[in-house]
Amino acid sequence: MNATWSRFNITSIVLGFAFLYLPIVLLVVFSFNESKLVTVWGGFSTKWYVSLFHNQGLMDAAWVTVRVGVISATVATVLGTLAALTLTRYTRFRGRMLFSGMVFAPLVMPEVITGLSLLLLFVAIGMDRGLMTVTLAHITLTMCFVAVVVQSRLVTFDRSLEEAAMDLGAPPVKTFFQITLPVIMPAIVSGWMLAFTLSLDDLVIASFTSGPGATTLPMKIYSQVRLGVTPEINAACTILIAIVAVGVIAASVVNKRREVQRQLDEQAAQRG
Amino acid sequence: MKSLGSIRRDFAPWNDPNAKPYIQFENVTKRFGDFTAVNNLSLTIFEREFFALLGASGCGKSTLLRMLAGFEEPTAGRILLDGQDLRGIPPYRRPVNMMFQSYALFPHMTVENNIAFGLKQDGMARPDIERRVGEMLKLVKLEQFAKRKPHQLSGGQRQRVALARSVAKRPKVLLLDEPLGALDKKLREETQFELMDLQQELGLTFVVVTHDQEEAMTMADRIAIMDKGEVMQVATPAEVYEAPGSRFVAGFVGNVNMFEGKVARGAAGAASIDAGNGITIRTENAGDAAAGATVAFAIRPEKIKVSSKKPADAVNAIEGEVYDIAYLGDMTVYHIKLDDGHVVRASAMNAARVTEDPLTWNDRAWVSFRPDAGVVLTR
Repeated sequence: MNATWSRFNITSIVLGFAFLYLPIVLLVVFSFNESKLVTVWGGFSTKWYVSLFHNQGLMDAAWVTVRVGVISATVATVLGTLAALTLTRYTRFRGRMLFSGMVFAPLVMPEVITGLSLLLLFVAIGMDRGLMTVTLAHITLTMCFVAVVVQSRLVTFDRSLEEAAMDLGAPPVKTFFQITLPVIMPAIVSGWMLAFTLSLDDLVIASFTSGPGATTLPMKIYSQVRLGVTPEINAACTILIAIVAVGVIAASVVNKRREVQRQLDEQAAQRG
Repeated sequence: MKSLGSIRRDFAPWNDPNAKPYIQFENVTKRFGDFTAVNNLSLTIFEREFFALLGASGCGKSTLLRMLAGFEEPTAGRILLDGQDLRGIPPYRRPVNMMFQSYALFPHMTVENNIAFGLKQDGMARPDIERRVGEMLKLVKLEQFAKRKPHQLSGGQRQRVALARSVAKRPKVLLLDEPLGALDKKLREETQFELMDLQQELGLTFVVVTHDQEEAMTMADRIAIMDKGEVMQVATPAEVYEAPGSRFVAGFVGNVNMFEGKVARGAAGAASIDAGNGITIRTENAGDAAAGATVAFAIRPEKIKVSSKKPADAVNAIEGEVYDIAYLGDMTVYHIKLDDGHVVRASAMNAARVTEDPLTWNDRAWVSFRPDAGVVLTR
């Protein structure tokens, strides 16, 4: 392989990364802008961050988003895990193909359709739109993602672990909580995080199913932008980016460390 | 006193008509859909016996073990353990434990917690658990690895943890599914003897499933040879090797030369077999083969002598040509092509460093054997 940096390679990398990150960098930079005009640099300042925390509307929306995210991700994780267990374990029941297709259909379903159909449902059964309906809608949206993540782990799960536990005297329920669940826990946790992130940044479905008093952060930002972008919004977005980035980096560092430690352990074990 | 094979067996409850059977398979059949894994099989295993189920993959031996453990229920027939019918008893209430082929160690638990798992399920008191775990670790020589996780152990160490975990509850029967399959050859041989010692020490009944005939021969008191869901023969290793019950068993265990031919009876067990092309074999082990029946005469390579001249006193001697020679150090294997095209395998122990009458490729040679060296197989 040729490892030298040709002019072509450098240009491609610069262009590629610029394409991906220039908008985000601009947003972050302008969140520290002194001027009220979003596109004119007026000097460094953190005043928009201060005013952000005094903007009751944005703070309320953030709180709504966190509550919706935590509740919907948790419920979706439980349901998605159960669906994944059923689909990998009971391979011979009638209608399995249909069932598995139906669990995964929302993955490719356009969000507008999911949102609209949920709205129609809530109206039909006379459910007042609010925190409850957004949460339910997000559970519908994210459950299938959790199911996919957990199922891919379960496919490689060694069933003889469960048999060994039962052989040693653990009844099925105990086996599930003492053996199966701890072993697949990393997949469940990443399923939860995926579900939480999806709920956090969903705008379309939330717009359809939310009601008064349950405005989520993406909805709030979107509605404010229509009135003109303020540096406050830039600050809010920068904080969101920071949270997501820290989360992703922390997760990958922990994973990498664990992997390295594991390899070292295995080498040590082979030696002696 | 004469005995089949080179070992005298004092432990032989299977020859005692009053011995109480410990594990009984009675006409057990197991079907998976259209596939019959175990077909109307009956088998008796005695207490403290080291019993091996030997067969190629797919012969139903693992299914048999899994039915004993309770992971599968027989489609028909019943399984008794110490007189108790096991039907309907789930695996977690059976007094048997299993050592899995993959070891199935719990990856999120330390070695000592793996071993303690079964004891905790029984609600044993904490100090008792600690003492028992300590004993088990000592038994498998892993005391200093108690706090390690399974992935921090080598293959051999994992195998010993799995073993310790499965005997920790002192089960009535220990089931071992290919217990040494994942170990390399040298470690496997060491571990075979360790397993035998362990079985003696604990006084347990062992049922081991293996496809490795050497492993079964080394460890087991008796071997059941299985094919297509049926038991072909149940016997001691020496009987299986020296007195196989059928062509299949003779061919499955060890190397064998077979001559097909018609029987002409002689006096009391003796017979001569006309194998065609002027080859007539005289044997003392014709059993109950009927005169005129087509049978196989089976003889093991090490019971055939190869020489450059016809031995003067030989009852059976056939001439041929040296076709191939393999020098293996402890022994030499000859392939002799008889004049009718039949290739005979013969092996000679290299008991001396220097050979008096060495042979080479394409030499004329004689194969000879005693009348009691082979057996006649009717099936």
